[in-house]
Amino acid sequence: MIGDIMTSLWAILPVIVLALWACVLLLVDLWLPKDQQGSQQGESNSPITPLLAALGMLTSAAIVIARIGQPTMGFGGMMMADGFSHFICLLLLASGLVTIGLSHDYMKRLGIARGEYYVLLMFSLSGMMLMSMSADLIMVFLSLELLSIPLYVMAGIATPRPSSEEAALKYFLLGAFASGFLVYGIGLVFGATGSTSLQQIVAVVQSGNYNLALILGGAALIITGLGFKVAIVPFHMWTPDAYQGAPSAVTAFMSVGAKTAGFAALLRVFVLAFPAFSADITPVLWGLAALTMVLGNFAAIAQRNIKRLLAYSSIAHAGYIMMALVPYGQDGLSADSVASALFYLVAYAFTNFAAWAVVIALEQAGEKGLELQDYAGLGRKHPALAAVMAVAMLSFTGVPPTLGFVGKFYLFRTVLEGGHVGLALIGVLTSLVSAFYYLRVIVVMYMQEGEPEARREPWLQAMAYGSAIGVVALSIFSAPLLFLASQAVLKLF
Amino acid sequence: MLQDYLPIVILVLIATGMAGLVVLLGHLFGPRRPSARKAQPYESGMRPIGPGTRRMPIRFYLIAVLFILFDIEIVFLLPWAVVFKKLGLFGVAEMLVFILILLVGYVYAWKKGALEWE
Amino acid sequence: MIPLSFYLIFAAGLFSVGLFGVLARKNAIAILMGIELMLNAVNVNLVAFWRYRMPEMISGQVFAVIVFAVAAAEVAVGLALFISIYRRRGTIAADQIDLMKW
Repeated sequence: MIGDIMTSLWAILPVIVLALWACVLLLVDLWLPKDQQGSQQGESNSPITPLLAALGMLTSAAIVIARIGQPTMGFGGMMMADGFSHFICLLLLASGLVTIGLSHDYMKRLGIARGEYYVLLMFSLSGMMLMSMSADLIMVFLSLELLSIPLYVMAGIATPRPSSEEAALKYFLLGAFASGFLVYGIGLVFGATGSTSLQQIVAVVQSGNYNLALILGGAALIITGLGFKVAIVPFHMWTPDAYQGAPSAVTAFMSVGAKTAGFAALLRVFVLAFPAFSADITPVLWGLAALTMVLGNFAAIAQRNIKRLLAYSSIAHAGYIMMALVPYGQDGLSADSVASALFYLVAYAFTNFAAWAVVIALEQAGEKGLELQDYAGLGRKHPALAAVMAVAMLSFTGVPPTLGFVGKFYLFRTVLEGGHVGLALIGVLTSLVSAFYYLRVIVVMYMQEGEPEARREPWLQAMAYGSAIGVVALSIFSAPLLFLASQAVLKLF
Repeated sequence: MLQDYLPIVILVLIATGMAGLVVLLGHLFGPRRPSARKAQPYESGMRPIGPGTRRMPIRFYLIAVLFILFDIEIVFLLPWAVVFKKLGLFGVAEMLVFILILLVGYVYAWKKGALEWE
Repeated sequence: MIPLSFYLIFAAGLFSVGLFGVLARKNAIAILMGIELMLNAVNVNLVAFWRYRMPEMISGQVFAVIVFAVAAAEVAVGLALFISIYRRRGTIAADQIDLMKW
């Protein structure tokens, strides 16, 4: 009994450390000396809270790294710490650390620095990590809520700025709506198979003692619920508004973290529990992926606000990652499917953070400096930042030598091996369309005259250059990363 | 199978019928003499003070939200109490952790002044 | 005994009412109430499935308890958000909160 509990706790130790650290940090932050002027608004300018938060994430990451190669199951099969979850957890923790680097000076500059922000970040992160480990549908739901609820608050943390509140409201309403769908779907799967544990579901499906209509309905509703979180069309309506209104650092975290966690859950649930129904589910995923790529890319063309442009671009990239899921049920391809999705998630994270770091550097108080036109002349005035943005845009488009290119290469290969030539074609064509609006940013930066003002904040610049260098360097040495991604297989029961 | 519910249906019909009948009789035979006083909202026999839809201080709302949060967590305490003896020491430790996490939230709300009226 | 399908139909109806509320109402609180109806429909489903299909396992009941505890946490965050918006704008009609296009 005690041994069982210890193994279980051991399995989710990185999350326990992170969540406990967040609880303690919440209390520590209360007693930290506050800036006199800011204390009215609850502002804190002390660097101690973000430093402690970063330390907590590093501790958690150290535990994850120390445990690579030791898959552990906990809580009677509810939690699964395997190569897949280790990979995702490290990606998430790295995203968390980058977010702290992006946020610190930005929040101070906008006058919205609050200690709670970092605590919420850690809670959301622990939800995302739990999600990558969940091998039980109840845990998927619970960790989805744990990651979403802090994100709703973080989106609205720039209150009283109306657009931030509006972003939080829209994100909250549609997020809660989506979790209704997800949990209804889980309920149907529970009714169809008599269990919420993926292990049990697999066993029941093999024995043939289940209700097909209920399980397919459940799977469809689960796709809907998680589809809202990862912003695939037609469940993307909240994305542009939430991304535009939320503080830019939060948006950067939201777009990477929520997407990574959402796809982690989709991959684990579908690859492990529903491969037997791939004949019915694959066409649905096919359609969603195609729709998302087409709509995301075409809607992005019309955008003049850089945050909205990146929002539509994030929708389009959700479509690309969705492509990896399409052949999930074919024999021998599910491992490729997982590996290419993981690889693309890493590519997306690096590229996205590089782009958002530049956006944050150029944003002025009062939501100024966010139009595409404000980037005119950046190439002359701030060549380094312009180079970072150019690398990010090229990587989003999928031009070598960038991580985005390698990621798309593996994605298309997986899809072609699955025999979905049409889908791969749509992917390539929409990538060409996307070149139009991504390259326009580069053209504006280098070809037009302007006097953009950018911040020189050490952490922000470090994050911008670090991500951009990562995008290029990792694409040249992509073999180890792909090896890691292909090692990050889902542990079967 | 639905026959088991027949008595309930009959009971519901009788109850609705009786209630309807009483209201109808009162309506048909009762005298009606409306006056300004009778039209006033009923406030335990007192003369009404102020408008009926007064605005509440926002503080009530905050306290209510905090109340919901701490109140709903009791839902986990009840099933725990039922199997408390079977769970033994593990159950105690588990619940202790749960309460401690709630306590963190409580201390936070307290220190932030969410429980004060001024 | 009432057959399981009755409960499922009832839950599906409740879910649809909630769905209609979310899509048709303008007031954010009414939308939130619609979402609550959807979650309650799930609870009906869960408890019915538990009772009819696997009464020896407790997980259906526990799941229902978790769902409404989580729903309460969500509502608390939502209501706090609504108050903050209402104080600034004097409205929480979802179609009037349109600084950015939907």
